[in-house]
Amino acid sequence: MATKKPAKKKPVKETKTKSTKKNPKKEMATVFIMGKAHEVPAEATIMGAIEYSGYQIIRGAGCREGFCGACATVYRLPDDYKIYTGLACTTLIEDGMWLSQLPAIPAQRPVYDIKKLEANVATFQKLYPEVFRCLACNTCTKACPQDLEVMDYIQAAIRGDIEKVMDISFDCLSCGMCAIRCPAEIVQYNVGLLARRLYGKYLAKESKQLKKRIKEIKEHKYDKEYQELKSMKTEDLKKKYYERNLE
Amino acid sequence: MYPEYMNESLKKVTQSRNKRFELAKSGKPVFPPMSAEEREQVLDKFHPDYKPEARRKIHVGPNKGEKLTTEVADMLESHSRIKPELFDLAQADYETDILIIGGGGAGCAAAIIAMENGAKSIISTKLRLGDSNSMMSQGGMQAAVTSQDSPAKHYLDAIGGGHFDNKPELVRILTEDGPEVVKWLEDLGVVWDKNEDGSLQVLHGGGTSRKRMHSCRDYTGAIIMRTLMDVVRNHPDKITSLEFMPTVELILDNKGRCAGGILYNLETEEYFTVKAKATIITTGGYGRLHIRGYDTTNHYGATGDGLVIAYRVGAKLLYMDSVQYHPTGSVFPEQIAGFLITEKIRGAGGQPLNKHGELFVFPREPRDVESSAFIKECLEKNNGIETPSGRFGVWLDSPLIEMLQGEGYINKNFPAMHRQFIRYGIDITAEPMLVYPSLHYQNGGIEIDEKCKTNIPGLYVAGEATGGVHGRNRLMGNSVLDYNVYGRRAGKYVAESIKSVKLGPLTLEHISNYESELKRAKIKTDRIAPVLLPSYTPENVKKRQLTAHYQGTLR
Ligand SMILES: Cc1cc2nc3c(=O)[nH]c(=O)nc-3n(C[C@H](O)[C@H](O)[C@H](O)COP(=O)(O)OP(=O)(O)OC[C@H]3O[C@@H](n4cnc5c(N)ncnc54)[C@H](O)[C@@H]3O)c2cc1C
Ligand code: SF4
Ligand code: SF4
Ligand code: FES
Repeated sequence: MATKKPAKKKPVKETKTKSTKKNPKKEMATVFIMGKAHEVPAEATIMGAIEYSGYQIIRGAGCREGFCGACATVYRLPDDYKIYTGLACTTLIEDGMWLSQLPAIPAQRPVYDIKKLEANVATFQKLYPEVFRCLACNTCTKACPQDLEVMDYIQAAIRGDIEKVMDISFDCLSCGMCAIRCPAEIVQYNVGLLARRLYGKYLAKESKQLKKRIKEIKEHKYDKEYQELKSMKTEDLKKKYYERNLE
Repeated sequence: MYPEYMNESLKKVTQSRNKRFELAKSGKPVFPPMSAEEREQVLDKFHPDYKPEARRKIHVGPNKGEKLTTEVADMLESHSRIKPELFDLAQADYETDILIIGGGGAGCAAAIIAMENGAKSIISTKLRLGDSNSMMSQGGMQAAVTSQDSPAKHYLDAIGGGHFDNKPELVRILTEDGPEVVKWLEDLGVVWDKNEDGSLQVLHGGGTSRKRMHSCRDYTGAIIMRTLMDVVRNHPDKITSLEFMPTVELILDNKGRCAGGILYNLETEEYFTVKAKATIITTGGYGRLHIRGYDTTNHYGATGDGLVIAYRVGAKLLYMDSVQYHPTGSVFPEQIAGFLITEKIRGAGGQPLNKHGELFVFPREPRDVESSAFIKECLEKNNGIETPSGRFGVWLDSPLIEMLQGEGYINKNFPAMHRQFIRYGIDITAEPMLVYPSLHYQNGGIEIDEKCKTNIPGLYVAGEATGGVHGRNRLMGNSVLDYNVYGRRAGKYVAESIKSVKLGPLTLEHISNYESELKRAKIKTDRIAPVLLPSYTPENVKKRQLTAHYQGTLR
């Protein structure tokens, strides 16, 4: 279908019109949700398929856009021995997929006070000693739906290279897939989170501008300007707004 | 991958790119920004809020007689989930200093600061802690830090963007606290994007006159939210989070002071009472009400619950006639329809183009204006691109960013966006995205003063659930700032205010009174609120659920 559709006269709906592209009958696929077969649209995401089949999700959906990690899902495919991991909200189903969501991931987590920690390897030794049992098997990396180099950040933690852990783990969703697959029982995402916090607090270079601005505000430098703006008539304020120059 | 029939239009985008690049590089405006009159015209004719059916009069409660967004009025004119007489309020299941309703950014910030000021709290939250709109913000947070900028310039931008309806003192606080919030978050361990010398990287957002958008790549919200959650979790003795336990009603004492809430365990279906000296609502927005049928960028639990429970105890709402549609929601592929494409894409130089590959609007108008311009281009001018499922969109030219900012910029700065599309075979470093406005933000909300107080004693609100800070249109980056500034303030003032509080006997009489008011107004409905979760169960499934009992959207 390479032809362009003719321009139409004013569609009525704001978001959707009756398509002029005659959608051929929706293609369907079979998925096994927790073992039970369901017919669902072939182009659905896993989350879409679950809801289409009549489940009201309570656990297993958060942001629905790939940011929160609430929707961890494990699945297998026909004629394939492998176990796969994915986010239900962004992974497309495949015909014959056998899937199950993980409602929660058990993971221990020590309580700490970031103010009392130091940004070095000793902190990992104290809080997450199991990190040092990493077998370098790379299973975590294979399990990561964000395609992060998870093993590399764990190895960086072992070396005490906090900046590297921060950098590699930055896009981690705490979905827990790495942790449930790890033979050394490491909870990678908590290690990443700790490293990022240590980096932000102790290692990131300070901004002089920021310090200066905060001081200016404390010294009431902007009071007068605010007063002026607040006492302006709306007309004058509008004028000032539309005339302001842009950087 | 885009369907073949779009190739012709895609080709035009590529053809016009060099010329657009030259103009953008020259530093001149790439398209003339609209005047006040032009803005008004396009809003009037094309913004979804301005359709006659978009608003209706509400017949009960503190805003009675006012016109509100129709879906909001419907939600407010509905029945409670509970029967007050079934609750024994003499013996509360939990007792604490502060009940915080909603474990997103505002809720966690409030709990942390309250704790630092000596108050214990319980966070009642609907999903897991942190499953919220706060987790999702990509673009960033505004704060006037650079020497070219000033908090007062930020103030003027915010007021103008809000159509001069913002409550001035609230905007002053928002903008003046900004730099402090950047510092506070960094001290907690947030990793801001910085230059070699430690100065903060800043970009433009829609409606900003200075570059002041601070970010953490395009995972800004996730980085901030996880940091705040981590702090909360490090203080289990002071802050208790109750997950999958949304609050479904507030409790008052006999003097009309808010004294806690009724929580509903979504899994065991039990109800629990929490008695608290003060309550802070931080339930966020309402995107999942799918106003006017729009897709939404919001998280699963964004159903405007806070508005309902506050309204039933008599709290006033402000600007609940205005809805924010984000100009760049994704429209293709279908599976990610409604997903947010961060405004930072335009901040970094991305341009919206019609099917002829032409720029038709200044890329960084305030959101409502920009959205209206997109709708106009598609619906009036017929210059949109139609998707296979019958949606419309305009191109958002991302490859231009790589030309302007250097190769690799997208992968480094927009990893989430890149990931979102590459799954479907669309490489946004080489091809544009297809976008259309998506339901994004609740501009209005529960009216607060500078201390987050409502007109009901003991009831406070912070974050997206409030009204007044942003007038009738919020600018990008001001709401991450908002939940931090006002979440912190709520925590502080509430902790201070409860020191001398003595509660009287508890009551749910307001629920029965509200029911009577509905009856007097002759409202007959089976609607139930708070909505809690949207239902995406198909009709054919529902038809077969012969013995199911639905309460609102939930079984
Ligand atoms: C995709 C996306 C991108 C965004 N990008 C930006 C950006 O770049 N910059 C910017 O400034 N703003 C952005 N925003 C807006 C901003 O993120 C939100 O407005 C802000 O985070 C709201 O914070 P909040 O704490 O008020 O609400 P939320 O973070 O939404 O938290 C509310 C919490 O309350 C819970 N809850 C709801 N009802 C109940 C109930 N009845 N009982 C108990 N708990 C309940 C919710 O589940 C949620 O956890 C974006 C929003 C979205 C959706
Ligand atoms: S690193 Fe682990 S927790 Fe983080 S996204 Fe990857 S698999 Fe999920
Ligand atoms: S799965 Fe565990 S043991 Fe294997 S590389 Fe990753 S962290 Fe190390
Ligand atoms: S629901 Fe948040 S990542 Fe899938």
